[in-house]
Amino acid sequence: MSGIAAAAPAVHAHHDDRSFIRKYIFSTDHKIIGIQFLFVSLFFLFLGGLLAMQIRWQLGYPGRPMPGGGILPETMAPGGVILPEYYIQLVTMHGTFMVFFAIMPLLVGVFANYLIPLKIGAHDMAFPRINMWSFWSAFAGGLVMFASLFVPEGAARAGWTMYAPLSARHDLSGAGVGQELWSISIVLLGLSSILGSLNYITTIINNRTPGMTWFRLPLSVWALFITAILGLLALPVLSGAAIMLLFEQILGTHFFDPAAGGQVLLWQHLFWFFGHPEVYILILPGMGMVSDIVANGSRKPIFGYHSMVFALVGIGFLGWIVWGHHMFMSGMNPTLGSTFMVTTMVIAVPSAIKVFNWMGTMWRGNLRFHVPMLNAIGFVAMFVIGGLSGVFMAATPVDMPIHDTYFIVAHIHYVLFGGSLFALFGAITFWYPNMFGRMMNERWGKIHFWLTLLFFNLTFFPMHILGMGGHMRRIYDPTQYDFLKPYQPMNTFITLSAFALFASQLIFALNFLLSLKWGKKAPLNPWEDNGLEWTLATPPPHGNWDRPPTVYRGPYEYSAPQVAEDYLPQSRKLPTDREPAAAPVAGH
Amino acid sequence: MSWWLPLQGSTFAPQIDGLFLAILIITGVAFVIVETGLIWFVFKYRGRPGRKGHYTHGNAKAEVVWTAIPAVTVVALGLVSNHYWKEIKGRDSIPADAYPIGIHAKQFEWQVTYPGPDGQLGTADDFTVRNQLHVPVGRNIVVVLTSEDVIHSFWVPVLRLKQDAVPGLTIRAWFQATVPGQYELGCAELCGMGHYRMRARVFVHTAAEYDAWAHQQAQGGAS
Repeated sequence: MSGIAAAAPAVHAHHDDRSFIRKYIFSTDHKIIGIQFLFVSLFFLFLGGLLAMQIRWQLGYPGRPMPGGGILPETMAPGGVILPEYYIQLVTMHGTFMVFFAIMPLLVGVFANYLIPLKIGAHDMAFPRINMWSFWSAFAGGLVMFASLFVPEGAARAGWTMYAPLSARHDLSGAGVGQELWSISIVLLGLSSILGSLNYITTIINNRTPGMTWFRLPLSVWALFITAILGLLALPVLSGAAIMLLFEQILGTHFFDPAAGGQVLLWQHLFWFFGHPEVYILILPGMGMVSDIVANGSRKPIFGYHSMVFALVGIGFLGWIVWGHHMFMSGMNPTLGSTFMVTTMVIAVPSAIKVFNWMGTMWRGNLRFHVPMLNAIGFVAMFVIGGLSGVFMAATPVDMPIHDTYFIVAHIHYVLFGGSLFALFGAITFWYPNMFGRMMNERWGKIHFWLTLLFFNLTFFPMHILGMGGHMRRIYDPTQYDFLKPYQPMNTFITLSAFALFASQLIFALNFLLSLKWGKKAPLNPWEDNGLEWTLATPPPHGNWDRPPTVYRGPYEYSAPQVAEDYLPQSRKLPTDREPAAAPVAGH
Repeated sequence: MSWWLPLQGSTFAPQIDGLFLAILIITGVAFVIVETGLIWFVFKYRGRPGRKGHYTHGNAKAEVVWTAIPAVTVVALGLVSNHYWKEIKGRDSIPADAYPIGIHAKQFEWQVTYPGPDGQLGTADDFTVRNQLHVPVGRNIVVVLTSEDVIHSFWVPVLRLKQDAVPGLTIRAWFQATVPGQYELGCAELCGMGHYRMRARVFVHTAAEYDAWAHQQAQGGAS
């Protein structure tokens, strides 16, 4: 019959005698590490959302006591009324948690760890112990960042981009030790990403199973590979910058202090030299996983596989030479602005290629609207809006009025929520049965998708209008400005939509948690997918395979004419298939 | 509430808004193609039992078309944008006859220094007014931006002009106001807990009105 049956005897053959602590706490199993990242980052996603709700309360109802705000200390919200100093902590920490401790670890920490070995037919990562340290280093970073919410003077106050000198000088920001804790936490997180990236790159290069050539890699693995290269090269820059900032804060150095020969713009160059590749770290894995899901849901090979790979590589390369578009208004030489405008415009091209190829994949397909597919289509539809709004700010003259306004807030949320988070909702639902052996509830998954799509757009689309009107970011009380007073009803509308959006996410949280125990038992290969991970038991045992599987074809052979079914797993041997050469490196 | 851009109050505001509109149309076309395509495919190719998808791995011609069209479009957009960018923000774009006004930003106020009767900044007849920017209509103005403490950003929506004020740097930016009236100047870069109230009034006067105001201020400042 199929390759699934052939692989079945391998299932459960592994005897696992590790203690509970080695198995679930200080685990070196890439799957457990991925799941550890999953629970921790979902917690931070929830926390980041809670902070966002407080921001929205203040913007929708400035100066009114926040329901439940009474539990906050006097220094943050006396009588539930948010103070300006607490508000800037909220915007700082919302951005920080979402970017560094929710989206990035969800995409990379969870899925690079979980998927890479399973999808390339490896037993584990190349360096399992380094992998364990990668998780615990991120965990320590998260703990430090979380703790910074509770120290005197509260958390960091200079925005998630931490522009010096505001971030460096407590006398100017009013911040306390929370500001230093931010820097320390980021250094720990940087260490985690560097260790992780090293591992992903090494594993993909060396540990592919026989027959898994570069151009038979699923696009999720390609995307995670390019992401890992970006991470390996970008995170050291952030860590270095964070260490400089820490020295500035505690040792009194003057890297960013012009009065003593320092340079204010140095921070921005360092931060965005990291920060723009980071933007692609936050979207490429989503693009890769969406490619897998769209092909599966369309029951068709991915359209233009090679174009998709080259587009990923192109984004990975161009991502390094666009950082200055964050600095068009910074006082940087305007001629540099011209250069960065051109590179930024050009990076729209590989993104467009990807969107058209996803559409090409759906064209003449036999679409299955399972929950992962719905979220993948949602990703494409919303990412397009975020990508197109990027063209406005790439054009330097147009950036002048919209820079640092809600137009940018809308853009980043269309990319990070509409893009990355929809991809994650799809990916989590898709690989949930592989991770936990149970399915998430289909009906509640669909309800969650439609409510999220609706309230996401009601929340973030009007922000474009606010930004066109000139509404600045990170202002505590827009009604201070006469020209913003007429926009207050819109701010209130956005706030109500945001509350509904947050409430809709509780459906996902409940579905995720309750399905762990009460979800329908997952059949083998529930989505009728071609990936190697589905040839194993769900969840797969420690070490994954007794004998490495053999790969005979690319990952997207859906509706192939050779077989009756509309899918053809990578490891299923047809009579016409020849045995491939040995593994690239005998690393097993 | 406006669903569109604010009043066009400077010479380059119509150019910037025109470019905004052009990009809106181009991206609007792309948006409609992609979203209607997606919705159409979702209905047309919805799965039916017992059917398979069309087995194809792609089409080189299609790839070339949808690579080339966006590439040409964005490069053209870049060239057009760069033309205006150089005119507005280029270092040598500042008109030689521009009337200088010094703006020193500090937490959380704008100290605006006027050149006095001699039309020169940095001379004895300069005078400084807090949180009020007065300019004559129809005359080129160059603001000389400095900062006392942290990064601030000079932002006047009706002028479409935004420029950071950075400690340690002296940054010049020019504009010519075209519509007399009272507007607002805000800080667009997070500069601390008072960021939200770092606000100034902008007065665009007729030439005669401005001269009278400046004269009166110079008298007051000189005494």
